[in-house]
Amino acid sequence: MINLTIDGIQVSVPKGSTILQAAAQAGIRIPTLCWHPDQAVKANCRICVCEVEGNRLLQAACSTPVTDGMVVKTKTPKVIEARTMILELILANHPQDCLNCIRNQNCELQDLAAEYFIRDNPFENKTRGYELDRSTPSIVRDQNKCVLCRRCIDACSVTQSVYALGLENRGVSSMVVPTLGEPLIESPCVMCGQCIHACPVGAIYENEQIDELLAAIADPDKVVVTQIAPAVRVALGEEIGMKTGDLPMEVLVNGLRQVGFDYVLHTNFTADLTIIEEGNELLKRLKEGGTLPMFTSCSPGWINFCETFYPDLIDNLSTCKSPQQMFGALVKTYWAEKMNIDPGNIYSVSIMPCTAKKYEASRPEMCDSGYRDVDLVLTTREIGRLFRMSGIDFSKLAPSQFDPWMGQYTGAAVIFGATGGVMEAALRTVYEIVTEQELQDVNFRMVRGMEGIKEAEVDLNGTVVKVAVAHGLSNARKVMDQVRAGQCDYHFIEIMACPGGCIGGGGQPITKANAKRAERIDAIYIEDEGLPIRKSHNNPEVKMIYNELLHEPLGYKSHELLHTHYQFKNKKYL
Amino acid sequence: MAEEQRIVLRNYGKIDPLKIDDYIAQNGYKSLEKARAMDPKAVIDEVKKSNLRGRGGAGFNCGQKWSFAYQAQADEKYVVCNADEGEPGTYKDRLIMENDPHTLFEGMAICAHAIGAKKGYIYCRGEYPYIVEILKTAISQAKEKGVLGDFDIEVRSGAGAYVCGEETALIESLEGKRGEPRFKPPYPPSEGLWGKPTIVNNVETFANIPVIMDKGAEWFAAIGVPSYPGTKVVTLTGDVNNRTFFEVPTHTTIREVIYKLGGGTPGGKKFKAVQIGGTSGAFIPESQLDTPIAFDNMSAIGATLGSGAVFVLDETREIVDTVTRITGFFEHESCGKCAPCREGTARCAELMEKINAGLGSQKDLNLLEKLGRVMTYSCLCGLGQAAPTPALSTIKHFRADYEAKFI
Amino acid sequence: MDYLKVISDHADVPGGILQAFHAVQAGLGYLPKEVIAEAARVFKISTADAHGVASFYSMFSVNSRGKNVIRICESAPCHVAGAAEVVAALERELGIKMGESTANGLFALEFTECVGQCQATPVITVNGKPYLDVKPAQIPSIIAEYS
Repeated sequence: MINLTIDGIQVSVPKGSTILQAAAQAGIRIPTLCWHPDQAVKANCRICVCEVEGNRLLQAACSTPVTDGMVVKTKTPKVIEARTMILELILANHPQDCLNCIRNQNCELQDLAAEYFIRDNPFENKTRGYELDRSTPSIVRDQNKCVLCRRCIDACSVTQSVYALGLENRGVSSMVVPTLGEPLIESPCVMCGQCIHACPVGAIYENEQIDELLAAIADPDKVVVTQIAPAVRVALGEEIGMKTGDLPMEVLVNGLRQVGFDYVLHTNFTADLTIIEEGNELLKRLKEGGTLPMFTSCSPGWINFCETFYPDLIDNLSTCKSPQQMFGALVKTYWAEKMNIDPGNIYSVSIMPCTAKKYEASRPEMCDSGYRDVDLVLTTREIGRLFRMSGIDFSKLAPSQFDPWMGQYTGAAVIFGATGGVMEAALRTVYEIVTEQELQDVNFRMVRGMEGIKEAEVDLNGTVVKVAVAHGLSNARKVMDQVRAGQCDYHFIEIMACPGGCIGGGGQPITKANAKRAERIDAIYIEDEGLPIRKSHNNPEVKMIYNELLHEPLGYKSHELLHTHYQFKNKKYL
Repeated sequence: MAEEQRIVLRNYGKIDPLKIDDYIAQNGYKSLEKARAMDPKAVIDEVKKSNLRGRGGAGFNCGQKWSFAYQAQADEKYVVCNADEGEPGTYKDRLIMENDPHTLFEGMAICAHAIGAKKGYIYCRGEYPYIVEILKTAISQAKEKGVLGDFDIEVRSGAGAYVCGEETALIESLEGKRGEPRFKPPYPPSEGLWGKPTIVNNVETFANIPVIMDKGAEWFAAIGVPSYPGTKVVTLTGDVNNRTFFEVPTHTTIREVIYKLGGGTPGGKKFKAVQIGGTSGAFIPESQLDTPIAFDNMSAIGATLGSGAVFVLDETREIVDTVTRITGFFEHESCGKCAPCREGTARCAELMEKINAGLGSQKDLNLLEKLGRVMTYSCLCGLGQAAPTPALSTIKHFRADYEAKFI
Repeated sequence: MDYLKVISDHADVPGGILQAFHAVQAGLGYLPKEVIAEAARVFKISTADAHGVASFYSMFSVNSRGKNVIRICESAPCHVAGAAEVVAALERELGIKMGESTANGLFALEFTECVGQCQATPVITVNGKPYLDVKPAQIPSIIAEYS
């Protein structure tokens, strides 16, 4: 242990700790901007500088290791002068439009400016005059707001191994740019949106489309139908002042009715359907010698990644559409018919934890209903904004039930929101199909949790199925490289683009720390345990759709509506 | 009486740099032989005892630096020569490499023996392609002769980035990356090139080593100022009659350099100021010219010895205009990694341009001073920390020149 | 020039991307996107990172420019020695501004910082070769050497 003094407080911390960590233990918060709890130390913003006795220079708390007997002062006039001026320098190069900024009131730079009461900036405000990059349907980049902390680069390269972002030029001309300084759509970007979570300011954000929803609601001819992804509920409460997981599902349903949705349905329904289709696809591949291992296909960031970096493994992807797109195809066919609504009038909105879903919905092949299957994708954050605007006190709002035919779901669908969830849901069903016995303990805990790559073997009456689960694309890459090299004997691999799975998706409430992702995962499993039905094949509405429309898994109708194909995304520069 | 004493330039003009036999005839590679017969620890002790301090600008005790790398446990260690001579007004390293490349190799090889390295790199600035050719030819001759034994030296070219003179930025550049400084600790002697213990020394530092090994630490320690013994190569530019270079013992004063060796200012014009140590150095007024050109003596007057550049301005020069150009230099050369340097160098330049154009006021000058002060102690590396020095030193010594430009 | 070969010749040099860029630029005059992407592949880094390297160093150009690169030192010793007049003479003679290239693709004009020939200021370099103590009157003959 290392003993040191911070602002007169004695503190003892493990060797290798930084001043920042030691100060936290002493109960002193040192301000940071480039520092990120789950990334490597960068020490480039210099906001965290402190005085260390014996040093003429101020030392960055985030990068300086503590030494025995060190005397640190975190708020001397010299320190405050430095922090204030560094903030003034950054702010002078930053648009002064907090009021219209998407990150207003949720911005680390704004917080710091308030904390150090920056009033009259002595430096002339100069903005850099970059054009917004709106080249993707998912993500908008505003380089004028970039503070060059480089957290987005770290997220894109280290966490996701996509490497779509890098630096260009140097000095005051330096900027974070997509590959070769081209628009984002030309880069290998998979639109996962992890850069958005990493950004401390409003330099990267979702393509906000609330106006399009409001226009549809205002149109008397349109029947506005929504689906909600399983990961949304646990995090949405965070946007409206609730604790993670505390917003009850039925209250959320009523909230959506209050803001103007005509029908509220659930993506969980098609998540259960996915399990039936995908589980049977796996069994078919196992039985008939199909391409193995089979990869899950519900994460559109992951699909983009596979189509971009592993085109040779496209045949390994399950042909199942994601639950969002299965829902889209069914709501304008099966559901429209049952409800006797003209599918041409249906405006299908999905509420997703995901930015890549905006892109997925816009894929040209996603129109098997004869219309664009999903008209609009809104992220959890966008719905959060709508809820805040609605003025609703959610603690007083009465519960409401989902609308029929595509609103019922099981615990197996709920856990789609967490890493390992699709795998676990599939195992619950596949086990019973193969063994024809009831699964006593539905909890497959070995595939749960934040560990990057998880593996398990499941004995199905003598047939051992080897499975793996990876989340975060750098973990996916490790698994994919093994598959490509023929070095693994997995049968089934679940991959989610985002760390923690969909609960950590690019459209979720801004999530700086993985600790928050773990909290949301806990909320997911609590919801699963509380549900009466926890196996997809026992969902009554799923049984009904097989009776009425699909007749059998992987059948003719399924192929028409629920399955898809993939294409090599031939990006010029990786 | 100021006199030249040539240690690092001892072979200047005496040998053909492209003939290794010329160097060998001047006792070349004898020191390496001697060092290799010694225990590495003893070599380091000798260098320590000589009190040789880094000639690149930071002035760290060379032997002590080596001892850190010596102590570090690793399967591989590196010796890197910093030949990224980028300080405007400086060309001393070029002189050494151009005229006596083997003295550099010998110094590096002695260091390699001392710390246990097998591989050396010379990182030569991109502006010296012709020097790279000389070095490569000389290395192949040394290899042919076998004088370097199992120590391998490779030459790498920079590509135009002043910041790569900073040792960790240089290491990043050697690794094929953007030349951005790393935060420290860890320092290169424990974690440097490819994460391995690495000694980065300046060309002039290495060039001293063979002589120290040959003549002994005590001999060396007795030359010049005891706290910074030996010689310093100075390069004179600007308003001085002899715009050339000299190698002088470190007790030589600035006045002696300018007037005795440099022949004073031309055309009978009066001296105004001198900037020592390169473009990041302080401007020094007449009253401080009796300071010896040694590290601590310069620090004591708030200046730096730096690279040994001596840039003289006579009374006809506009200090504010010159400093404005210098702030433009730093805006251009800041790597952009840390916020106070990236934004600060640009704002320094902006304020200086405003004042220089006659549009500034006392308020601007106050802000410039405050900004300079903050940069000095909060930037990530030496570039940003030193960048405000020309402005701060001239505001201090030549405030009236600024005030005369106010709106 | 066969840039694929030039780059692959450096493949075994650890961190050798700068040396590969120098070699390609010596032939092509600048670093086209294809070169940056190929170097990224060979040195096993991302194209985004390779672009970060190429655009960091002032001697590399990621944009097409004139074949003969004339660089004028603007550091303080050259500044006080009359670099501005040399700049004016070059701009006049070539009919372009600093940072531009001539229409015939023969010349590019760039500023540089100190090139380490400060014993004889002002200094310009053409394709790396220094010209010392340059007077505006000498400019036409220097340009003629490369025309």
